[in-house]
Amino acid sequence: MDIRLENLTKIFSEKDSEVRAVDNLDITIPSGKLVGLLGPSGCGKSTTLYMIAGLLNPTSGKIHFGDQDVTELAPEKRGIGLVFQNYALYPHLTVRQNILFPLQNMKVPKAEALERAQKVADLVDIGNLMNRKPKQLSGGQQQRVAIARALVKSPDVLLLDEPLSNLDARLRLQTREEIKRIQRETGITTVFVTHDQEEAMSISDEIVVMKFGVEQQKGAPQEVYNNPVNKFVAKFLGTPPINFFNGEVKNGGLYIGEERILDSKLPNQEVCVGIRPEGFEVAENGSLTVKVEQIEYIGRDKSIVATNPNSENPTFRFIIDADIKGVEVGKYLKGNIKPNKCFAFDKTTESRLQ
Amino acid sequence: METKKNQWIGWVYLAPAIILMLVFMAFPLIITTIVAFRNDYRIGFGLLQLVYPADGFDGIQSYFAGLNYGFGAFRTVFKNEYFWSYYMVNTLIIVFVSVPLTITLSLLIAVALNSIKKLQKFFQTIFFMPYVTNSIALGMVFAVMFGSNPNGLINSLLISMGNNAIDWLGAATDGNSSALMIRFTGMAVLIIYIVWQALPFKILILLSGLQGIDKQYYQAAQIDGTSKFRTLMRITVPLLSPQIIYLMITSFIGSFKEYNSVVALFNKDGYPVTGANIPYFGTIVLYIYNNVVMMPHVASAAALILFVIILLFTGLNSWISNKFVHY
Ligand SMILES: Nc1ncnc2c1ncn2[C@@H]1O[C@H](COP(=O)(O)OP(=O)(O)OP(=O)(O)O)[C@@H](O)[C@H]1O
Ligand SMILES: [Mg+2]
Repeated sequence: MDIRLENLTKIFSEKDSEVRAVDNLDITIPSGKLVGLLGPSGCGKSTTLYMIAGLLNPTSGKIHFGDQDVTELAPEKRGIGLVFQNYALYPHLTVRQNILFPLQNMKVPKAEALERAQKVADLVDIGNLMNRKPKQLSGGQQQRVAIARALVKSPDVLLLDEPLSNLDARLRLQTREEIKRIQRETGITTVFVTHDQEEAMSISDEIVVMKFGVEQQKGAPQEVYNNPVNKFVAKFLGTPPINFFNGEVKNGGLYIGEERILDSKLPNQEVCVGIRPEGFEVAENGSLTVKVEQIEYIGRDKSIVATNPNSENPTFRFIIDADIKGVEVGKYLKGNIKPNKCFAFDKTTESRLQ
Repeated sequence: METKKNQWIGWVYLAPAIILMLVFMAFPLIITTIVAFRNDYRIGFGLLQLVYPADGFDGIQSYFAGLNYGFGAFRTVFKNEYFWSYYMVNTLIIVFVSVPLTITLSLLIAVALNSIKKLQKFFQTIFFMPYVTNSIALGMVFAVMFGSNPNGLINSLLISMGNNAIDWLGAATDGNSSALMIRFTGMAVLIIYIVWQALPFKILILLSGLQGIDKQYYQAAQIDGTSKFRTLMRITVPLLSPQIIYLMITSFIGSFKEYNSVVALFNKDGYPVTGANIPYFGTIVLYIYNNVVMMPHVASAAALILFVIILLFTGLNSWISNKFVHY
């Protein structure tokens, strides 16, 4: 079952101000897919999720589950499972009681309920922790209990609100794989909210990037990464982040300072040039010159922190092959720019030009 | 050296509190205990009599023989014809009726208050009024409301609906109502008064407890289609159990010591106006107060008895509640 949001808008009005938390959101979440809702803090991700869940009423716009308009439907009638940011496990109930809770509301016979609870607990690998209280579990285990509680009623839609934000790096990696696996096994249409682009990129079938309540871009993660529509999206995706330079288009070429880094068909103008960290190829007579300030080894690769008079930030970062010789702190380094890792953005509108 | 010095300073800081505790709590407690076992308390002898033989002091040999300690005062208490049937029974009725009633009511009111948005502060203030009002003044208002003559507020209502006036507090002079009836209506009014007066503080505590509960539990429950009643019983009450148990223990103790309300509604003897001088509405503390001038050792003995009851009951109470606090 797919989810369609039509011109979804949410305005929080307070005494003398109003916040457009979600602005005219128009997206379709394909049936059986995992979609990542991505954006910086406060951009309206949770608000969108809560509107899909029915906990918040949209100011305007419609929400469809399949053919059904659910905009006015009460949350409990929508057949959704929601995993909260901090899990919201009932602290006084055991894992088993927590998972059974939704089933008891649905008046499922006891034997069947127990069986279903055990099955879903086994699916998320907590079948042996059923008698513990949430406090006696690790963060990752709690999160899996929350997922089990959401899944046990066989929802049509699973909503996850930054479910990994409380976990340490290793556990986060592990549980996000697990979410992906569970989603694939159950085939439930899933919306996953996060502000961590890496997380969204790694497990989503599709991502939706938001800013100030407005959708910026949606598509397959790699596609969005390779073809950002504007500076915001380019900046938001990728670690280390993309580097920006003040550039100019002239004589049919893209210039940073007086160095011509690529050809360009754009009309002459000042532009903002974005170069991904992996877009710099060290070469004797390369087109861009940078000064190396610092060298960091990250496994197979070498990361250099460098400066250039035209950089937007004081320093920026390129990732180069560790085998390359002659890279020394304090020296200048030349390199060519890979065309598919370099974008030009309009100076004022920030939309993508090249 | 450093830590020793710090400890020393700690004691200095604590000293005022400790000294006050010793003077006003420990000392009276000890004296009360000693006095309670004194068989022949002599009014006017002050503290001296704790060591002074009853027959006067005539030489060290007869000194210990002359001291008259024993269980006499306790016997007096237990033999009092009203102690069990009125003072004790009334106290137990107050404890076991008013406390569960107050806690249930305050929980429901707190939940209701917490769920409304408009006028919440207004109603909160209304419910808090009894707390800041003088209890004797409140008692007088109640006495007027439940006045025995047909002009009493409740009686006028009853009459206007075609019923007979009721001698609620046993204050009528005609003496038509039976003793049992007076005791029943009087205790009912007393309990209403106690409950009403005890509500504000409990509502306040429960309301702040409610506001500390993460809203996400309720959102989760809502998404799972939990009914209102089930949400209250399975989520709110367990999550409030620390506050509820705190209120239970303190209000059980408080209502074992009920006194003000009786004096406010009736009189300092707990007598109804009609009938003989029988403490229909007396409580244990009322008994203690009424004896403290003429028979301090009897009052002390009663105080000790109450102390032991409260101690045992509170122990039982916290033992039970430990099994019910869920997290
Ligand atoms: N109940 C509310 N009343 C008023 N403003 C609100 C309310 N809830 C959210 N907002 C505002 O709406 C905007 C979007 O909030 P939302 O919680 O959806 O952000 P988010 O994208 O989930 O952020 P985060 O990543 O920090 O969780 C924010 O500016 C927030 O201040
Ligand atoms: Mg959020």
